[in-house]
Amino acid sequence: MSVLVLTLIILVGSYCAGLLGSLTGLGGGVVIIPLLTIGLGVNIHYAIGASLVSVIATSSGSAAAYVREGITNMRIGMFLEIATTAGALIGAMLSLLIHAPVIAVIFGVILIFSAIMSLRKKDTTVLQTESPLAQKLKLNGTYPTPDGEVKYGVRKVGGGFFMMLFAGIISGLLGIGSGSLKVVAMDSIMRIPFKVSTTTSNFMIGVTAAASAVVYLQRGYIEPGLAMPVVIGVLLGALTGSKILVHSTSSGWLRWVFAVIVTILAVQMIYNGITGKI
Amino acid sequence: MATKATKFKDTDIQSIIGWVLRLGVLVSMAVVAIGGVIYLYRHGSEHIDYHEFKGVPEFVHTLSGIFHGIITGRGRAIIQAGIILLIATPIIRIIFSAIGFIIEKDYLYVGITLLVLLIIVIGMLSGHAG
Repeated sequence: MSVLVLTLIILVGSYCAGLLGSLTGLGGGVVIIPLLTIGLGVNIHYAIGASLVSVIATSSGSAAAYVREGITNMRIGMFLEIATTAGALIGAMLSLLIHAPVIAVIFGVILIFSAIMSLRKKDTTVLQTESPLAQKLKLNGTYPTPDGEVKYGVRKVGGGFFMMLFAGIISGLLGIGSGSLKVVAMDSIMRIPFKVSTTTSNFMIGVTAAASAVVYLQRGYIEPGLAMPVVIGVLLGALTGSKILVHSTSSGWLRWVFAVIVTILAVQMIYNGITGKI
Repeated sequence: MATKATKFKDTDIQSIIGWVLRLGVLVSMAVVAIGGVIYLYRHGSEHIDYHEFKGVPEFVHTLSGIFHGIITGRGRAIIQAGIILLIATPIIRIIFSAIGFIIEKDYLYVGITLLVLLIIVIGMLSGHAG
């Protein structure tokens, strides 16, 4: 295939991946990697490198908007970034040791998990009690709502920290933001309010991805000819997605359609991994 | 100026950080797009296949190679420079977070922020060996 044709196909595909990732809240990386590897026969290492770059772009772009609104909890973000960046380094190291087909299977499993997570009902109760460690680390905060500032407490800091370490490893190994794992750590374990956890997780994804990207860059995983259409396409798709989201709350059936698409991609990744086609 | 420093709040540093992130994404994407146009103009009709992993050519791998590539107008070197700027954006954000915590005199978080920076620097150094 000629460079021009391949670039245009990747550009359009990445735009769709960015749009889908933004509407589902899964992020562009989970769609772009199956598209590149299964759809276009790109080597999974190049796909991971390009995806990682696009993750930094979308995370930084949307974090810029959220940070100004004062919903993001900078201290929770900074504290947990110790775990995610350390994990990302471990993940990038592991990718040297783990064979490509195994990475594809792990990717599929994480993808199915993310699809299930995107269908989950959100718990809206706000915790008022604070754990001693959360108090010491000044993690408890407030966030603005139409009815004024809402105070919230944080619990199980240690458990959340370890879950974040795992999220970082997966991010570094697979080249995705692993937002769904970060949300598990913050929502289910630490009981941070949904609005705060999604924006803070998004804030952390860029730094986490940058930690493994510096390793991948030096190893030659980031091929500029491939990363260029991926990063531009995903970023534009995510921008379009955020515009749509502002105007409409995504309905139940739409979420189901996305979850089914993502699950099909996941099964294909696992199948290709097991049969050694990746 | 002293009164200004004491009035410095979380929200001030947050708006600066928001601004740093936005600028970083805009500038790096512009550089990537310029490099992309040059790359497609020069190599658009060539055959390409990313099936085998072969790493990347020297002129987009080392800093001196990229620098030389930019001067000689090579598209992929310019794209790679844009990507490096993009990767640097969240790292620069951490430095601004550290400055914010120093102004607030929150030394616990200055330490936490520097630890995160240290982890990334370790990644930069260890990548060379790998």
